[in-house]
Amino acid sequence: MANVLVVAELLEGKARKTTLCAVTAAKQIAEGTGGSFDILSIGEGAGASADELSGYGAGKVLKAEIAGGYICEKYAATVAEAGKGYDILVACASAYGKDLLPRVAEKLNAGVASDISSVNIDGGKLSYTRPMYAGNVSGTLEITTDKQVVTVRQSEFDAAEASGGASPTEDIAIQSDPAADKVEFLGVEVVKSERPELTDADVVVSGGRALKSAENFANIIEPLVDALGAAMGASRAACDAGYVPAELQVGQTGKVVAPKLYIAIGISGAIQHLAGMKGSKTIVAINKDKEAPIAQVADYFLVADLFDVVPALTDAVKKL
Amino acid sequence: MKILVSIKRVADPDNASKLKVSADGTSVTSEGLEWKMNPFDDWSLEAALRLTENAAERNARVGEVVLVSIGPNDEHTQRIIREGLAKGAERGILVEADEGSLDAGVVSAILKAIVDKESPDLVVMGKQAADGDSNVAGTKLAERLGWPIINSAMKIVTADDGKTLDVKRELDTGVATVKVTGPAVLTTSDRILHPESVKNGVTPDDHQYAKLEVGGRYASLKGIMQAKKKPIDQMSIGDLGVDATKSLNYTKFELPPARSGETTFVEDAADLVDKLHNTAKVI
Ligand SMILES: Cc1cc2nc3c(=O)[nH]c(=O)nc-3n(C[C@H](O)[C@H](O)[C@H](O)COP(=O)(O)OP(=O)(O)OC[C@H]3O[C@@H](n4cnc5c(N)ncnc54)[C@H](O)[C@@H]3O)c2cc1C
Repeated sequence: MANVLVVAELLEGKARKTTLCAVTAAKQIAEGTGGSFDILSIGEGAGASADELSGYGAGKVLKAEIAGGYICEKYAATVAEAGKGYDILVACASAYGKDLLPRVAEKLNAGVASDISSVNIDGGKLSYTRPMYAGNVSGTLEITTDKQVVTVRQSEFDAAEASGGASPTEDIAIQSDPAADKVEFLGVEVVKSERPELTDADVVVSGGRALKSAENFANIIEPLVDALGAAMGASRAACDAGYVPAELQVGQTGKVVAPKLYIAIGISGAIQHLAGMKGSKTIVAINKDKEAPIAQVADYFLVADLFDVVPALTDAVKKL
Repeated sequence: MKILVSIKRVADPDNASKLKVSADGTSVTSEGLEWKMNPFDDWSLEAALRLTENAAERNARVGEVVLVSIGPNDEHTQRIIREGLAKGAERGILVEADEGSLDAGVVSAILKAIVDKESPDLVVMGKQAADGDSNVAGTKLAERLGWPIINSAMKIVTADDGKTLDVKRELDTGVATVKVTGPAVLTTSDRILHPESVKNGVTPDDHQYAKLEVGGRYASLKGIMQAKKKPIDQMSIGDLGVDATKSLNYTKFELPPARSGETTFVEDAADLVDKLHNTAKVI
C-alpha cells in the first residue's frame, strides 16, 4: 500500500497542467497498491490553487504559501517535511520538477526515478519504465530506498480529469533551509503566447535551421501554426541561432512532445531531435533532402523547398 | 577561482540508435560504439574554462579546473580525461568504479567526497548524461553539500571576484535570473556555448567567443602536448570512504518498438492536406 504525495507546479498563481499529469501517475500508484494520494500546492498563490486542485479526488490538499519567485532551496525543505508522511512523491518531469524533486529526495534519503514513461505494478510491487539514451533504450527500475521519488514525462501521462467533490485543504508550516540564503531571485521573463503549450498541444509545427531567420519563422511558420491552431516548436539549431526562444526547443534537452500531428519543417532529424518527438502519432516532414534522417520516423514526406510549399500549405489548410 | 567539473564517458550518443540489449535484457551493450565525453559535460567544461581564463590573452589561465571522472580505470576513461586536460583543465581525478555499481545517489556521494578534499568554489556539471538522461546527480550533490543548485545555466556573470554569480537559467516557460553566493553547483544548458555566455571580470566584457555549434572548444596542438604531462590522480571508492549503496535497481532493458508503417511521399501541399484530412484524419 503506497501513499503518494503529488507536488504541484504553479505558474503565476495557477497550477500548471503538468500537475494533472502527475496526479494521473499518483492515481495509478495509489489504485494499484491500494493506497491513497494527496496533493501539495506550494508557492505563490498556493491557497487559490489548492482550491482548484481539490476537485481531483485527493484525500486532502496541503498548501504552503511562499511569496516571491521559485527557488529550489526555498521550497525543498517544506516539500521534504511534508513528504515524511508519504511513501512516494510524484511530480512532473518539467524543468521545475527536475530541479526541485532531486533535492527533496536527497533530504529524504530517497532514490529518484526520473522522467518515467510508465508505472508498473506487479502483485503490489512497483517498478517504473523510463526512456534512456535519447529514447533509444527503455529501462525498467525499482527504487530500493524506503521512500521513493518519481518524476513523470508529461507526454506519457494524460492530464487527470476533475472528478468532482472537494478534498479538504490544510495549511502546512514553511521550513527554512540555510542554502536558500545563498540564492536571490532577481526576476523571470515569462514568454507569453496565446497558442497552446508545446507539451500539451494536439498539433505541433516545428521549424529548423533551414528557416534562416526570426523573420522567416514569423512569416512562414507562424501562419501555418495559427491556421492549424497548433503550438510552435523548433530544433536546437533554430533556438541556438536565436530565431525563436529556447523554450520552444524539442528534443533530448528540450521538450518532449507526442501530439496527434507533428510537422517538421527544414529539420534534418538528428537523434537528439527525434528523442523529443518520435512518440507523435502522425509525423510529417517537409525537407529538400529526401534522405534526411527525419525520413526514419516520417509518415508523410513532402520533398520540397519549404519557402515554396509552406505558404501554399497554409492556404490549403485555411480552406478546409 | 577553482572549479570542479565532472565528466562521464558515454557510448557515442550520435549513434545511440545502434545500441543493443543483452539477450536476457539485463544490460545495454554498446559494442562497436566509441566512448565519448558526455556532451553535456563538454558544455560544462567550456563554461568552467571561460570562467577561469583571460580569453583576450590567448586563454591565459587565471584559475583552476579540476576534472573528475567516475568509471572503469581503462584507456577510454583516461583518454576522455586527457581530452579535457588538452582543452585547458589543469588536473584530473579518476575514481575507479564499475558502471553497474553507480547511480545518481552514489555518484553524488563520491563527488561530495571529492569536493570535501578539493574545496572548489564551484562545481559545474552536465545537467544530464546522454546515456541515463536523468538530471539528478547535480542537484543531489548540492543538497549533500548544503550548497545551492542552479540548473540549466545559460549565462553566468561573476561579481565580487567570483564570490557571487548572476546566472540566467532556462525554464520551461522562459528564463529566470538569480544571484548566487558561492560555493554552488551549476549545470548548464545548450545556450552556454553562446559567444557571450560567460563574463568573468578578467576577460574583457565585450569579448566574443567563437560560435560553437555542437560542443565545447577543440583542443589546440599545444594543449594536447601539455595534457600528456598533466597529472591524473587515481583512486577507488574505498579510498574515499564513501557509502556506495545504490538506491536504484534496473531489472530490464528493452529496445523501444520501431515506428510502424512506411513513409508516404506526397506530391505537393494540396496532396499533403488531403492525406492529413482524409487518410490520417488528424486535421
Ligand atoms: C548533447 C546534444 C543535445 C542536443 N539536443 C537537441 C535537442 O534537444 N533538440 C534538437 O533539435 N537538437 C539537439 N541537438 C542538436 C542536433 O544534433 C542537431 O544539430 C540539430 O537538431 C539540427 O537542427 P536542424 O535539423 O534544424 O538543422 P540541420 O541539421 O542543419 O538541418 C536542416 C535541414 O533543413 C533542410 N533544408 C535546408 N534548406 C531547406 C529548404 N529551403 N527547404 C526545405 N528543407 C531545407 C536540410 O535538408 C536539412 O535536412 C543536440 C546535440 C547535442 C550534441
